[in-house]
Amino acid sequence: MARYESLLDAAGGTPLVGLPRLSPTVPDGAPPVRLWAKLEDRNPTGSIKDRAALFMVREAEEAGRLRPGDTILEPTSGNTGISLAMVAKLRGYRLVCVMPENVSAERVQILRMYGAEIIFSPAAGGSNQAVATAKQISAEHPDWVMLFQYGNPANARAHYETTGPELLRDLPTITHFVAGLGTTGTLMGTGRYLREKVDGVEIIAAEPRYGEVVYGLRNIDEGYVPELYDATVLNRRFSVGTRDAVLRTRQLVEVEGIFAGFSSGAILHAALAVAHEAVKAGRRADVAFVIADGGWKYLSTGAYGGTLSDAEDALEGQLWA
Amino acid sequence: MAIEVRVPTILRSYTGGQKVVEGAGVTLSGLIDDLDAKHSGLKGRLITPEGGLHRFVNIYVNDEDVRFLGALDAKVSDGDSVTILPAVAGGALGFAAVAALYGG
Repeated sequence: MARYESLLDAAGGTPLVGLPRLSPTVPDGAPPVRLWAKLEDRNPTGSIKDRAALFMVREAEEAGRLRPGDTILEPTSGNTGISLAMVAKLRGYRLVCVMPENVSAERVQILRMYGAEIIFSPAAGGSNQAVATAKQISAEHPDWVMLFQYGNPANARAHYETTGPELLRDLPTITHFVAGLGTTGTLMGTGRYLREKVDGVEIIAAEPRYGEVVYGLRNIDEGYVPELYDATVLNRRFSVGTRDAVLRTRQLVEVEGIFAGFSSGAILHAALAVAHEAVKAGRRADVAFVIADGGWKYLSTGAYGGTLSDAEDALEGQLWA
Repeated sequence: MAIEVRVPTILRSYTGGQKVVEGAGVTLSGLIDDLDAKHSGLKGRLITPEGGLHRFVNIYVNDEDVRFLGALDAKVSDGDSVTILPAVAGGALGFAAVAALYGG
């Protein structure tokens, strides 16, 4: 059945597609090693974040934290902001996003199109200024609701209740699950579900390693680990640099016809690493990984064309995942 | 051949501004001792007084997080590439603002 009462009901249930050309070849007689992509760009706003946004809003409604006409405050310009803007519109909430004024034009246009209000903090002040602005706004509006995706258990529960069961239904022979590590919701929820159901399944994180500029501002004593993160759910964690992420993102579209964002390229890079290890070890493997979003929102980076070094330069200093 | 170690900007005051330094060791712990002998003070920024890896420091051996490879006991060998990074989450702006709002 592919008919739904509303767009909100159409979230999840995404296709799992095989990657016959990118899967490594195995020697004659050796057990197969196969890669499978879960196409999360097929969600209503085009990213995996629709699942978490929907669950977080529903949970807040059920707990009485959100009532019709309330305002949600979200200090991000990323996919979660876009998902929340859609859910807020359909469920009757006002969404206010706080972001620095130097974010890409596409983001601002998409958010406005969905009816979100945007409060800009001066670009010159960087994240410190954005934090100060968000703090000030929150103090002025104590009734506004923040869903706090980094610590909201409903974020992980969305994946425990939907992404995990979908994967097991479509790929009962799954041996590895690979996803991106941001809020950690996808890996925590899906990982816990699969570990309960599949003996020996391996849960693998692919984490973006940005250009130096991004880390240059970070003080080691003021780092951050999302509250949702539980290292015991993971078996391995890979750090994937910009160049490898871009290379794999291009391979996805060139070899398998999947036009994805750069975080998906980083995830494929880790998936290929475990797939090749399985070939070496002569083990059967069904490696499922996440296509987190499509490439549309990143076209203006210019990183889909030109040399890899050009692309790396284009993404330097950007949070590409 | 040695082990190549990539140092984040914030710690380059210990390496005379060098982005990449070389070290030796059989385990990560040994490698960090070797680095500290050449770049005094570095160890104190990576390891807590209790002897564990600092919570907000991530170290990768050939792109894999050492916390899943035995942490300070992780094996290293010549030709390996080790990367040290501060812990940041995806959507760094979002977390910074949220952490600040929630009393961070």
